[in-house]
Amino acid sequence: MFLDILLVLDSTLRISAPLILACLAGLFAERSGVFDIGLEGKMLAAAFAAAATAAVTGSAWLGLVAALGASVFLAMVHGFACITQRGNQIVSGVAINFIAAGATALLGQAWFGQGGRTPSLSGAAKFQDIRLPGAESLAQLPVAGPIWAELISGHKLLVYLAFLAAPASWWVLHRTRFGMRLRAVGENPAAVDTAGISVAWLRYRALIVCGLLCGLSGAYLSTAQGAGFIPNMSAGKGFIALAALIFAKWRPIQALLACLLFGFLDAVAIRLQGFDWFGLGELPSQAVQALPYLLTVILLAGFIGRAVAPRAGGVPYVKER
Amino acid sequence: MAAPAIELIGIDKRFGPVHANRNIHLRVEGGTIHGIVGENGAGKSTLMSILYGFYQADAGEIRVNGRPVRIRDSQDAIRLGIGMVHQHFMLVEPFTVLENVMLGVEGGALLARGRARARAELQRLEADYELRVDPDAVVGDLPVGLQQRVEILKALYRGAEILILDEPTGVLTPEEADHLFRILARLRDEGKTVILITHKLREILAITDRVSVMRQGEIVATRETAATGAEELAELMVGRRVLLRVEKGPARPGPVRLGVRDLRVVDAQGVERLRGVSLDVRAGEIVGIAGVSGNGQSELLEAIAGIRAPAAGRIEIAGSAAQGLDPARMRALRLAHVPEDRHRMGLVTRFEARENAVLGYHNDPRYGRGALIDRAAVLAECRRQMESFDVRPPDPFLKVANFSGGNQQKIVLAREIGRDPEVLIVGQPTRGVDVGAIEQIHRRLIALRDAGKAILLVSVELDEIRSLADRILVMFDGRIMGEVPPDTDEARIGLMMAGVAEGAA
Amino acid sequence: MTPLPRWVEYGLMPVLNLALAFLLAGLVVLLIGESPLEAVRHIIYGAFGYGEGIGFTLYYSTNFILTGLAVAVAFHAAQFNIGAEGQAYLGGLGAGLACLALDRHLPWWAILPFAMLGAMVFGMVWGAIPGWLQARRGAHVVITTIMFNFLAASLMGYLIVNHLKVPGNASVQSRTFEPGARLPKLEETMRLLGLDIGGAPLNITFPIALLACLAVWILIWRSKLGYEIRVFGANPTAARYAGIRGVRITVTVMAISGALAGLMAVNPVMGEQNRIFLDIPGGAGFVGIAVALMGRAHPLGIVLAALLFGVLYQGGAELAFEMPSITRDMVVLIQGLAILFAGAMEQLFRPALLQLFAPRGPGRAG
Repeated sequence: MFLDILLVLDSTLRISAPLILACLAGLFAERSGVFDIGLEGKMLAAAFAAAATAAVTGSAWLGLVAALGASVFLAMVHGFACITQRGNQIVSGVAINFIAAGATALLGQAWFGQGGRTPSLSGAAKFQDIRLPGAESLAQLPVAGPIWAELISGHKLLVYLAFLAAPASWWVLHRTRFGMRLRAVGENPAAVDTAGISVAWLRYRALIVCGLLCGLSGAYLSTAQGAGFIPNMSAGKGFIALAALIFAKWRPIQALLACLLFGFLDAVAIRLQGFDWFGLGELPSQAVQALPYLLTVILLAGFIGRAVAPRAGGVPYVKER
Repeated sequence: MAAPAIELIGIDKRFGPVHANRNIHLRVEGGTIHGIVGENGAGKSTLMSILYGFYQADAGEIRVNGRPVRIRDSQDAIRLGIGMVHQHFMLVEPFTVLENVMLGVEGGALLARGRARARAELQRLEADYELRVDPDAVVGDLPVGLQQRVEILKALYRGAEILILDEPTGVLTPEEADHLFRILARLRDEGKTVILITHKLREILAITDRVSVMRQGEIVATRETAATGAEELAELMVGRRVLLRVEKGPARPGPVRLGVRDLRVVDAQGVERLRGVSLDVRAGEIVGIAGVSGNGQSELLEAIAGIRAPAAGRIEIAGSAAQGLDPARMRALRLAHVPEDRHRMGLVTRFEARENAVLGYHNDPRYGRGALIDRAAVLAECRRQMESFDVRPPDPFLKVANFSGGNQQKIVLAREIGRDPEVLIVGQPTRGVDVGAIEQIHRRLIALRDAGKAILLVSVELDEIRSLADRILVMFDGRIMGEVPPDTDEARIGLMMAGVAEGAA
Repeated sequence: MTPLPRWVEYGLMPVLNLALAFLLAGLVVLLIGESPLEAVRHIIYGAFGYGEGIGFTLYYSTNFILTGLAVAVAFHAAQFNIGAEGQAYLGGLGAGLACLALDRHLPWWAILPFAMLGAMVFGMVWGAIPGWLQARRGAHVVITTIMFNFLAASLMGYLIVNHLKVPGNASVQSRTFEPGARLPKLEETMRLLGLDIGGAPLNITFPIALLACLAVWILIWRSKLGYEIRVFGANPTAARYAGIRGVRITVTVMAISGALAGLMAVNPVMGEQNRIFLDIPGGAGFVGIAVALMGRAHPLGIVLAALLFGVLYQGGAELAFEMPSITRDMVVLIQGLAILFAGAMEQLFRPALLQLFAPRGPGRAG
């Protein structure tokens, strides 16, 4: 039983990691006043870029660089549409999701001819588990041993990075000049403008951060968690991350917790497949899958607390007379 | 003699077809308070926005302390020691006072050090200028008077030597305004230069050393404040001697048509905006509501029109209870409403004129029985309205956004008056309207009164109230301070508008 | 915004935006190492070259007309319905249940009204709930409709797997309808026009979709409700002033939107597959976003844009067959590019066009 719980928690960490990265990506964009429903597309593009590059070069690290590049590129497209062109942020996000979904599958098939998949990755083309010191020797200890060896140790680098990214994001937002300006521009861009700061450049920078984090998230999917790209492998994770962002009310530490919760639900759902609930029958896995979305809707509707988005979110900045 | 703190030479600015500033020449001497007065739309804010780098002038030169400068953005202006307090505050509401003050001048990539410095500097400014604010208070929780103080602190923290204030008292209570003036005087005494933009003559006369008058984008005169008076400035602002006197006979009031009893309105933030207002408007009279904007006039209009649900109180229209009805049912009681802000509320500027001609009346069977709209009837209605109000151009297919302000207002008035209402409530009927249209609008309101209708008029222009109204009610802080006849001395009404109680309502 | 001549605003600009999207798609084809012109030729041939192709093109267009209308109706009230996919999915359930209940007793023409009603009611509910949550509870309709897409997928997955699936049969779908619930193909009608559509599933839903266009046009531009919808969409404060109740409009418009999206499901459920199956809309709900944007939320524009996407879907299949390195994902890419350029960057060419077509003369009053 203890081991079962450990395994569920362990897979919770694995499932949550890309969510956390994508959620924080969305957080930087939306706290700067740019809605981004294109997280999904950026993850997918990054996943493809990472796997394709890793497959060709044999280096997961080069793959990661490509992932960051692809994701930041899409973020800049979003920025150009929403900041420079003052277009509709939702429309732009939708467009990016389709562009990524179409382009990755298309190029995947054209380049590798495996139905849109990239070749299976192994060795240095894939991020490996990191054994934390003492994982072997301490494993025999009761309780703490397995926790250290099974749960804490043995993840990919990007998992650890994801968990560090949340406090780091908090620190950036609340302890640095960039973070303070970013929060300000999401609430009242006119105040930032009159303070002599460029609203556009600030938002572009926020979107670069968003792109980088989405890039990490996507690279994790194809070169760490998985071993290669599969069409549409993000499978709605970008939207779960968006849900988690709302659930976290646009705050980094809460975002981490929300992603852990949603990841946990997913892990439990997988674990409990075929499990008979005290003779009441099997809990349909779809119900657990739907729970994050349902919880988010309930939260948004104000039935459990209130989620107030950054005030200037979704609105292009236009100097007014 | 020292070079002036600010010198503008031949500044010119156009926004498309609008010539906002024409060949502006202006000298502001250092260590003085310089007022700039003019009506709404005279181009004051545009001029100051150019000075603060928000807009670029199409032509002309700016000199600061005698040196020609280019101000491309606010950062340039700040570097030159120019600070601005905008009419709409540029504050980040969820931020603390300290964070707002620091924004843009954080003093390093990390906040910690700058924060300590800002805190110390705030204490110094507080001591020097009587600018007391809790640095850790969240700005959104502060009353407007204190928010404005934060704006001043922001400018001073950036080392402003020249401070521009754009309509600073519009949102202030009289006490807050007095405190502000004390602060400004103090700043001047410390050697700072203050430019005060306002359309209120009283303020100019009370606090400035020198005053420039703007009209239709031009500076028409600059005077020593001590050597001028309200009459001259008013004349310069409006551009002619007669201050909007409207020909009208005595009113012949009939029975009460609009009755309001103990009306209370609470806004979304839970603040009581109307604190028990009672008034009567009779057939055949115009009752004017005078007051500084933001003292509950908007809420009063919106509550009567059914747009805002009152928290308590009664509204009667022609004897039948009407509180809590929606705007459609209010209209059915033959109440017409010309809203204060035509762009925000009275018109759909993206629509053609004809579709605006039936806004709010679109369910009237005259424009189609059943579910569909009779477009021919709507078009005929629009043409009729345009003709009767001389709307130019009389083109029902033109988008409303492409009409001038005066013609837009005529479209609204034609729609509301054209249906022969029993009660008309009007807010700011001539805001942003050219002089020719003002006269026409005033004549129509008088004609409606003479036709035996009851009119409630809200305007921040005291002149307008005095020339149109048969009785004046003065509003302050959500209450009616008292009633006066229209020939009452302006100063006395001013006192009541400032909350000094006089007479019983 | 400075006005451009109407033909530039509503004609040239959308065409330029679209041209840019296709240009980029063409570059991708080049990148893959194929000839874009050749690709276009295959698409055109696939879509128009023979009767069956035309039949399929119109079959796909039917879906896109209805989902495009759904998104467009919501646009007019300034609501962004990203949930047409989920609403159509639920619509498929509504239509399918009606068929499963009646197919052994009634002929198709008697079942069709029930199926349409079922589809519209189910889609309506799935649209109206986010509408209500927006209007009453302030939950942003974009986010809730996204969530409702996923909820629809989970719900349908559960229902099909656990309740509708034929026991013992491996495929995850309901039983196939009896002939009573299968819509007749428009084979005969098209033959009158001299076309042999062969096995294409083009059916009576196509003319129904065209009627829906007419109905939406009347609703938006000729009815009082449509007037209220447009006022609310253009200026909600003015709507309140005019006594138009925002909550009512938002819920109504999302209900209508959902119903139109739901109606779309009749086409695949009764016209092609004749069963309830997984992923009934197959992305048509999302194509509707592109169609509504490109068609400028006007029924005529929507028909044209839907035809274009019908061409791309059918022609894309041909293309994938002729050029195996270009899969049908090409269409998804084009769809994304079209949304980007016709939607988010629709003003891209305005400055240049203003230079060319700046209005002259006294266009302005006052």
